[in-house]
Amino acid sequence: MTGPGTPPAPAGWRPALSRAVSLRHDRVRDADLLVLPERVVVLRGSAAKILRLCDGDRDLEAIVAELQSRFPGAPVAEDVPAFLDRMRTQGWVR
Amino acid sequence: MTAAPRPWALLAELTHGCPLHCPYCSNPLELVRRSRELTTAEWAEVMRQAGELGVVHTHLSGGEPLLRGDLAEIVTAAESAGIYTQLVTSGVGLDRARLATLTAAGLRSVQLSLQHADPAASDRIAGHRSYAAKERAAALVRAAGLPLGINVVLHRDNLDALDAIIRRGLDWGADRIELANTQFYGWALRNRDALLPTRDQLARARDTVQRWRDRLGGGALDLVWVVPDYFDGVAKPCMGGWGAVSLTVAPDGTVLPCPAAASLPDLDPPTVRDHPLEWIWDHSGAFNRYRGEEWMREPCRTCPRRAEDFGGCRCQAYALTGDAARTDPACALSPDHAVIRALTTGPGHPAGADPPAPTGGYAYRKPGG
Repeated sequence: MTGPGTPPAPAGWRPALSRAVSLRHDRVRDADLLVLPERVVVLRGSAAKILRLCDGDRDLEAIVAELQSRFPGAPVAEDVPAFLDRMRTQGWVR
Repeated sequence: MTAAPRPWALLAELTHGCPLHCPYCSNPLELVRRSRELTTAEWAEVMRQAGELGVVHTHLSGGEPLLRGDLAEIVTAAESAGIYTQLVTSGVGLDRARLATLTAAGLRSVQLSLQHADPAASDRIAGHRSYAAKERAAALVRAAGLPLGINVVLHRDNLDALDAIIRRGLDWGADRIELANTQFYGWALRNRDALLPTRDQLARARDTVQRWRDRLGGGALDLVWVVPDYFDGVAKPCMGGWGAVSLTVAPDGTVLPCPAAASLPDLDPPTVRDHPLEWIWDHSGAFNRYRGEEWMREPCRTCPRRAEDFGGCRCQAYALTGDAARTDPACALSPDHAVIRALTTGPGHPAGADPPAPTGGYAYRKPGG
């Protein structure tokens, strides 16, 4: 579910994981996973930390602020909205 | 022997019982009787062990898994083990109350089979009046907010209806449509003459899929095309490699590296009634037999494609050559490829004529019969 068919994120977007998606920690492989009906995505770096904040309650600004307070000096304001938009284009975050 | 990677997925064949009689049924020729099926407690233990082993995904399949009155308890056991559950169903027997029970138990998604876009043709191929139940099931799944996949096994009788099939999937609100060209072993091999498509049919179908992909832009619907390996001259990377990614537990607890592997006569597959799943995965002869590359002969042994297709399908090699360790005859490099070419090339051959000859009737699968 990728590609140009996805409309831009609405103003005031409050990202949440799609119903089809389950975010979980895999103890056996010590990895964070997104599990979908027909596939498993192994998350790298900070992806899982960002996605855990996508609760449908926080807006983009709140997510960025939370991550900035946790990781001072990281390029959160640029990277996180771009990452979440990619996740939305994939259909994994709505 | 280096440790095998942990399995990601479990195909749980809860029962071989099924109201449908599809001519391409992927269950083995020898079906497990209902009295031999694992109990609720045994399935719960399978799920617990699978979770410990690293499985994160299970297809609850069959036959028709809705025939198991304890399906919700099995879903709960999987969910408790941290395993994502997908129900693979014909739709027959899925009413509102049943789906609500399953959803409450933790069911995450549903994959629904469809035989044709036309109700009468769908019922004829399934050998059972089931189209109306499928349509209802799709609506219920969407209303429950669960992701919906539609699985269509493709063959001579429905490839030319592909456009209407995709449209039906869209109308039913599918997130994903799997267009799976028939794999010819087990029951499908018995019906091969009636199911084998023509090259022209396949070429048109590929065009149709491409047209829909262009039109949809990839946003709303995932269209998956499972290649017709008889026609491409390329072996399929069966199961992502033997004992590499997933395992199948049959209704009686027999554990197999792939659902068709019951057809291999000397495999001596282990069962969860005798051994823990971890031992089976790591140490059983059945799971190690074609694992990795050591079992390979030429031309696979030195072939650069061996890391991509793992030598192809063991069950197909056995079905067509009598030796499961040979290169899959679907591969153009196989010394046995002429077996496939004789079926798929040139006029006068089953796949050469177009328009396709009408099917001569199916040998329907009748469980218990």
